Amino acid sequence: LTGSHHPSNQVEQCKSPPSTVGKQGNMSSEPGNCQNHQDHDPDHGDAGPAKQTMPMPVPNLEVQYTKIFIDNEWHESCSGRKMPVHNPATGDLLCEVEEADTEDVDKAVQSARAAFQLGSPWRCMDASDRGLLLNRLADLVERDRLRLATLEALDSGKIFLMAYFVDLMATVKTLRYYGGWADKIQGKTIPVDGEYFTYTRHEPIGVCGQIIPWNFPVMMFAWKIAPALCCGNTVIIKPAEQTPLTALHMACLIKEAGFPPGVVNVLPGYGPTAGSAIAHHMDIDKIAFTGSTAVGKLIQKAAGDSNLKRVTLELGGKNPNIVFADCDLEYAVEQAHSGLFFNQGQCCLAGSRVFVEDSIYEEFVCRSAEKARNKVLGNPLVPGVDQGPQIDQKQFDKILELIESGKKEGATLECGGGPWNRNSLFIQPTVFSNVTDDMRIAREEIFGPVQQIMRFRSVNEVIQRANATHYGLAAGVFTNDIDKALTVSSALQAGMVWVNCYNAMSTQCPFGGFKMSGNGRELGEYALQEYTEVKAVTIKISQKNS
Amino acid sequence: MLRVVLSRTFPRISGISNCQYSAAAIPVPSAQPEVHYNKLFINNEWQDAVSKRSFPTINPATGEVICQVAEADKADVDKAVKAAREAFRFGSPWRRMDASDRGLLLSRLADAIERDTAYLAELETLDNGKPYAVSYSVDVPMVVKCLRYCAGWADKWEGKTIPIDGDFFCYTRHEPIGVCGQIIPWNFPLLMQAWKLGPALATGNTVVMKVAEQTPLTALYVASLIKEVGFPPGVVNILPGMGPSAGSAIASHMDVDKVAFTGSTEVGHLIQQASGSSNLKKVTLELGGKSPNIIMSDANMAEAVEQSHFALFFNQGQCCCAGSRTYVQDTIYDEFMERSVERAKSRVVGDPFNMKTEQGPQVRNTEQFKKILGYISSGKREGAKLMCGGGVAADRGYFIQPTIFGDVQDGMTIAREEIFGPVMQILKFKTLEEVVERANDTKYGLAAAVFTKDIDKAHYISSGIRAGTVWINCYNVFGAQAPFGGYKYSGNGRELGEYGLDNYTEVKTVTIKVPQKNS
Repeated sequence: LTGSHHPSNQVEQCKSPPSTVGKQGNMSSEPGNCQNHQDHDPDHGDAGPAKQTMPMPVPNLEVQYTKIFIDNEWHESCSGRKMPVHNPATGDLLCEVEEADTEDVDKAVQSARAAFQLGSPWRCMDASDRGLLLNRLADLVERDRLRLATLEALDSGKIFLMAYFVDLMATVKTLRYYGGWADKIQGKTIPVDGEYFTYTRHEPIGVCGQIIPWNFPVMMFAWKIAPALCCGNTVIIKPAEQTPLTALHMACLIKEAGFPPGVVNVLPGYGPTAGSAIAHHMDIDKIAFTGSTAVGKLIQKAAGDSNLKRVTLELGGKNPNIVFADCDLEYAVEQAHSGLFFNQGQCCLAGSRVFVEDSIYEEFVCRSAEKARNKVLGNPLVPGVDQGPQIDQKQFDKILELIESGKKEGATLECGGGPWNRNSLFIQPTVFSNVTDDMRIAREEIFGPVQQIMRFRSVNEVIQRANATHYGLAAGVFTNDIDKALTVSSALQAGMVWVNCYNAMSTQCPFGGFKMSGNGRELGEYALQEYTEVKAVTIKISQKNS
Repeated sequence: MLRVVLSRTFPRISGISNCQYSAAAIPVPSAQPEVHYNKLFINNEWQDAVSKRSFPTINPATGEVICQVAEADKADVDKAVKAAREAFRFGSPWRRMDASDRGLLLSRLADAIERDTAYLAELETLDNGKPYAVSYSVDVPMVVKCLRYCAGWADKWEGKTIPIDGDFFCYTRHEPIGVCGQIIPWNFPLLMQAWKLGPALATGNTVVMKVAEQTPLTALYVASLIKEVGFPPGVVNILPGMGPSAGSAIASHMDVDKVAFTGSTEVGHLIQQASGSSNLKKVTLELGGKSPNIIMSDANMAEAVEQSHFALFFNQGQCCCAGSRTYVQDTIYDEFMERSVERAKSRVVGDPFNMKTEQGPQVRNTEQFKKILGYISSGKREGAKLMCGGGVAADRGYFIQPTIFGDVQDGMTIAREEIFGPVMQILKFKTLEEVVERANDTKYGLAAAVFTKDIDKAHYISSGIRAGTVWINCYNVFGAQAPFGGYKYSGNGRELGEYGLDNYTEVKTVTIKVPQKNS
């Protein structure tokens, strides 16, 4: 018998990642201990004598991977160009990364196409083995969890502990979840009329282009590749130019896990060049994009202009969060606060229109402002810090401009309202009250730490106002009244409705938008539809019987 | 059993557990693996039987005692049911656990079993007599795959929301049934354990399992792994014991919510009766078979001969789905017979730890051994033509020669009853319609196969045969993804696949009055 558990010290493992994964993936959290990211007990560890304390960032982390990943190999860009990658908390240059453009996309498509050929190892592989590869990848992410979380915090400015407990946990869970689906994507046999036998095969679509944003770089990477790979597709994925580093580390793990060359290709680059090349490519069968609604429209157009590739879009939101007077007030204040301020407000899901019932309005505003004022800004690697910097200057400027518009248009500034710490990308947690529906801050996606609180009187009124937007991503309702909860959750035009909670996401649950918030669903069983073509096979038979 | 793992390998994917059936890839076994566990496993603890009784488990290749094992009886079943009930209590860690974490535990169990493949294969061969090469490359890898497959289902077993009439909101919850009794046979001890545990645990039940008295050892070792990977106490309880005492206590227990049994049709009747005379516990049964294997004249002869040989002789003929009625079309009958006899004669019978061995001893069960020899006598007596074999193959242990009967008629005992040994019946037929009728003329309906190149014949037969599994141009192809179970007297319900989950689930319909319904 080989040895059983090696009580593994994750810090040690992250300093020098072993080249092969152990038989048992280190389950770094005990089952039953991880259902809630927000109040996760960090004082946990592997089954073993050495109990770990709070995870700490890897000190002096060096960036290992900066090139384009095609065909399981590292490539320089065809153009010879590189792009700088900065730490938004300090403005320091982290490294330079090879910048992919059209030519590199062409190379990657060729590789992905070859990997998708009939008879290729990837196409001939048992579905259960595709699942096993995804599970192995999850094991490797778990092994490198500290390193990835540190890299994510450095590159995106998000709080290290959030990266560790939320982003990386979700990444591992997503990979495992779709690992399980691989051999459960079942076609049907269908009782057609006549002397025929009909069945369906759920086949992969082919080469999938995937373009992901900078707000949850590694988690979005997993959301995109996991369903695509579990269905048997091949992938060309472009991480955001602001945050390519964890995606490149994932590329390395993909190779280590044993995915055949060409199955996943990772191309850091800019939207108007590499992104556009993917969207317009004549030999990409499907594109999935997460980002702004403005760019979503470009993607849809590009598909129309080129080869009618299948399109799924996860776009912006201006999500209503409705608080009735009969709710648990303190809890609602807390959930509405984290529903907006989580991840520096950089969430498509952010509850950025908080509708509060008249009778509790003043109290709600007062408590919300107090919560916002108590937020600790600072270095995202330091424990105790609640809010890091915004991602870049462009976003920073846009957020401040919208804050100014709020002041100008007559909203009441309860707290914050400007930059924090000169010459940096930090913004004070900001709360506006007496916001009216026509103000820009009530209509446009701010994507920053700016909370709008509005007043309402009746159920019908709030439903109508909540739906008066071209977005339809998520919504929240806080009430103890079952009738109100069910009425409002049915009436809201949104892909996710949370009742007495917010941002309660899990990999089993579908995610996506109504209206201009997108097309299609990610996660859950529903996501599989976005990555499969259904083929109906009908065979003439001599005699049918039931 | 799993032809897939015999024929289909994936060497291109480095390191993916690769079940190649070739001696080169298999480590040299120890023929005397140490036995670590021989007690009852209740509440994650090892316990003696309340009665303090034990029974010997025997190496069927030598007839020697391997060790004594604690013998569970009614009092022990009561203890185990209490533990399982407590583990299933509303609010217990097991009930509160995320479904994905149940899946993670099953995945970890698969990892631990994979780690210990060589040892488990040794122990299985020692206790059961099946060739080590098969234990190592078929049984254990299939166990691992089954558990991984079920692990994936844990958080994908979804209820529905249902558009009922009126101002209501209606949804279903898929809830575990509760305490499940599971009684498993001796022919695939490890694999049957996995088939039973995988779906039951993925769906959140707790288990009281009785393993066969002939082959308790690997199940007990797996119990130690269940504890090692972190299942809460009481979720799985494993009791070695006899059918009439421990098995009967489970089947009749008033606080067991469901019983799943794999074994003989005869005992299947008793289980169903026990449920009826106790608490109407849910029953699923995987029972016997007399499975037809139909060879059309247009089939690939070499392939059909080899597959038909494998269909019957695999696992010493001790398979419920054994292809024990080989119907061969008249125009190719003689050639098929000649080649089949040649193949059977070349079958290597002997020490199961020898890598060249294809057939080990029958499982230690004197009654079973005598029964097989009795069937062989009846075949001779009733006028079938003995083509090869027909007797005991060694002077110690429980070995039987690979045996083939030709000119077998449908009315003969050997064509009607399940032999569960290395005895092949070859029958002659003329037409498609005739063979379907004859193939269905049995109380069993477990499996069937047809060998033909003609797509119409393949469809006609596969539609016409009343059996839970039909193989076309293959036999014994099992995947954890595909359901398995029987028509008629071969059982009730299905194991494996998504269908297997139904048998471990209660569906709860929740309906809520709403002020106003909208689409």
